[in-house]
Amino acid sequence: MTGIEIYKHLPKTNCKKCGFPTCLAFAMKVAQKQVDISLCPHLSEESIVILEAASRPPIRLVSIGNHNKIEVGNETVLFRHEKTFYNQPGLVVRIKDTEPLDYAIQLVNKVTNYSVDRVGLELRLNGFALANESSNAEKFCKLIKTVVDSTTLPLILISAEPATMNLALQGAAQDRPLIYAATRDNWQDMAQLALNYHCPLVVSEAQGLSQLAELSKLVSQEGVEDIILDPGVMDSSNSVDTLTQLRRLAINKSYRPLGYPIITFPCDGASSVEEEALLAAQHIAKYAGIVVIDHFSPETIYPLLTLRLNIYTDPQKPIQVAAGLYPINNPKDSSPLAVTTDFSLTYFSIAGELQSSGLPSWLLVCDTGGLSVLTAWAAGKFNATQIAKTVKQFDISSTLNHRTIIIPGYVAIIKGELEEELPGWKVMVGPRESMDIGRYLKQNWVN
Amino acid sequence: MSTLEAPVQKWVGKVHEIKLGGNGRKSIVIGGETTLPFLHFEGATPNRPVVAIEIQDREPLDWSSHLLSAWGEVTKNPVAWAKKAAQYGADIITLRLRSAHPEQQNTGAEEAKKVVEKILGAVGLPLIVLGPEVAEKDNEVLVAVSEVARGQRIALGNCIDKNYRTIAASCLANGHVAIAKTPNDVNLAKQLNILLHEMGLPLDSILNDPTSGPLGYGLEYTYSVIERLRLACLTGDEMTSAPIICTVGEESWRQKESMVTEGVPSKWGAHEKRAIMWEAITATSLISAGANIIVLRHPKTLELIKQQLLNTYQGRKTKKP
Repeated sequence: MTGIEIYKHLPKTNCKKCGFPTCLAFAMKVAQKQVDISLCPHLSEESIVILEAASRPPIRLVSIGNHNKIEVGNETVLFRHEKTFYNQPGLVVRIKDTEPLDYAIQLVNKVTNYSVDRVGLELRLNGFALANESSNAEKFCKLIKTVVDSTTLPLILISAEPATMNLALQGAAQDRPLIYAATRDNWQDMAQLALNYHCPLVVSEAQGLSQLAELSKLVSQEGVEDIILDPGVMDSSNSVDTLTQLRRLAINKSYRPLGYPIITFPCDGASSVEEEALLAAQHIAKYAGIVVIDHFSPETIYPLLTLRLNIYTDPQKPIQVAAGLYPINNPKDSSPLAVTTDFSLTYFSIAGELQSSGLPSWLLVCDTGGLSVLTAWAAGKFNATQIAKTVKQFDISSTLNHRTIIIPGYVAIIKGELEEELPGWKVMVGPRESMDIGRYLKQNWVN
Repeated sequence: MSTLEAPVQKWVGKVHEIKLGGNGRKSIVIGGETTLPFLHFEGATPNRPVVAIEIQDREPLDWSSHLLSAWGEVTKNPVAWAKKAAQYGADIITLRLRSAHPEQQNTGAEEAKKVVEKILGAVGLPLIVLGPEVAEKDNEVLVAVSEVARGQRIALGNCIDKNYRTIAASCLANGHVAIAKTPNDVNLAKQLNILLHEMGLPLDSILNDPTSGPLGYGLEYTYSVIERLRLACLTGDEMTSAPIICTVGEESWRQKESMVTEGVPSKWGAHEKRAIMWEAITATSLISAGANIIVLRHPKTLELIKQQLLNTYQGRKTKKP
């Protein structure tokens, strides 16, 4: 529905009770799915029905857990360049109740404490999927209790048996775990549990999307609102295909029965830790909301978390690198100093080239609001004054034993001005392209 | 129960099909998709994406020790290296004429000819030859290579906006494919394709290298540029319909996560495995976006990506009920 269409249903009194200055402004926000229609107190019941159906996000936002919630859904596009992807998929580690409890505790601690820093952000895993592999309810409950005592990360409880799930939820429901799963054999009981315990529920059906949609309709008719879909994709042969269909049906066709986040199990489709990671990578890119893996190994987790960060970076607001002085290849106080902007791609290009040149060096990053060198210069944010200010701000003079700074070739024009701004400094004009910086230093830098 | 209609989108475009090799040499066709990557329900992916292994004409002493030890002695001998890469399952050999770089051995046309002749004689796979990326040297060695490989339909790169005429003309004269490289930008890629096409180079003889930002270092830009090129192609723009080549190995293996052994957080995990995953996850993401040729460095990555490609390409399997 467009803003104008929505506007027709509004009272047109500009009463401002919704928090917007006019009904039209409010309608526009509703059309962009940024605010909820219920903020308007003067709607007729008929209008409410029409508008709520139209303003519901195409993929429902579902949250799991109480602390460190996993929140997924609310996506509005097929391709990240069209706008952005909003809610990063939860990456969770599966533990089976056939494993010894000691092993489970150790794993839970490792996963809970794992965090890795990247461009100033802390990347973490998001929870655990506890599986009733033993078919023994007591064992399952014991595992759950052990895990609940060791972590505050959200849980997914996996059992096909409603009675077992009921027992499990008696001890764990207060943490709002995700129930896995309602199938065509047990959906009524599982839906009832989800309602009784106020927990989100997975609807699992691998026979096809029509069947999945039928089942999800039944479950939602029972009153369950927070649904996650498991289309049963196992390996890379049908993941992209199936998940793309789901996303298109939800977003392009506004098909409600499939308008929920998706859970995938690369752990079931892979025969090695590497294969699992590559499948997980495929699912992160397109279009999973929760990805369940079996292996916790930092060398696969770190790249996966980095991928998730990359794919979910807002293309309209590229990640900026914090301004400051970055050491590359363990520089000394006599190592060369180059200056650039805080646009992440600019920074990564030049830092990568310096890194691979093997030469110890310093890279000074100026705050330009995330612009590339030429754009920042044209906007007056990467000129002599700004660079001089940054040199002083980070007290470069006391870190280095020399007074030479290399500026990008594209801003050669500011050399004289910068020398005036920084008395006692020598300004060298570096190459235009980052790929030439290594060669440039080898030819021009004399210690 | 009603059957849900598959959400098929009608596309009018098609990625150009490019043949490499042939004439006694194994040939390979890439491109030809009439849908986005692996959407089996919607359109054809007649040729699966392929994996190339990058070798160099001189021992690359600045490469990670993990790469050097994974390949062993053959890194000293490009012919033996190419053979081993073929054995390991590479679909294509990519030879970087690094020794022609003025700061390396500054070798010239004769040396380039020799090494390419030897590799063509020893290995039956299609070949991609990349120059040292210094304009005048690229022109010198790639023209020589182009002549000596006449009839074998190899790919030559890179054509860039400031230096494409000589290489493109030589591809045209000798029946080769030109690689057009642009810096992560849809419009620049299109513009260079137009320039090459205006010179008379047919559209089935142009590959696009959009510049591959590796995982953590601009991957998302490349990912979106490739998706946008594919969407433009499928909606009918012939000038954005070239198959895409990504030099993933080269870009991935020079990042800190791959290069640095000491002084990194333990949370990064074991070095060699991490570096392989860095390369593999970059590769699999760009394949998901629409890449047709992935150039890799580590043999383990080759094995992983090839297996995944075969799985993804082969069609459907579903979870047992």
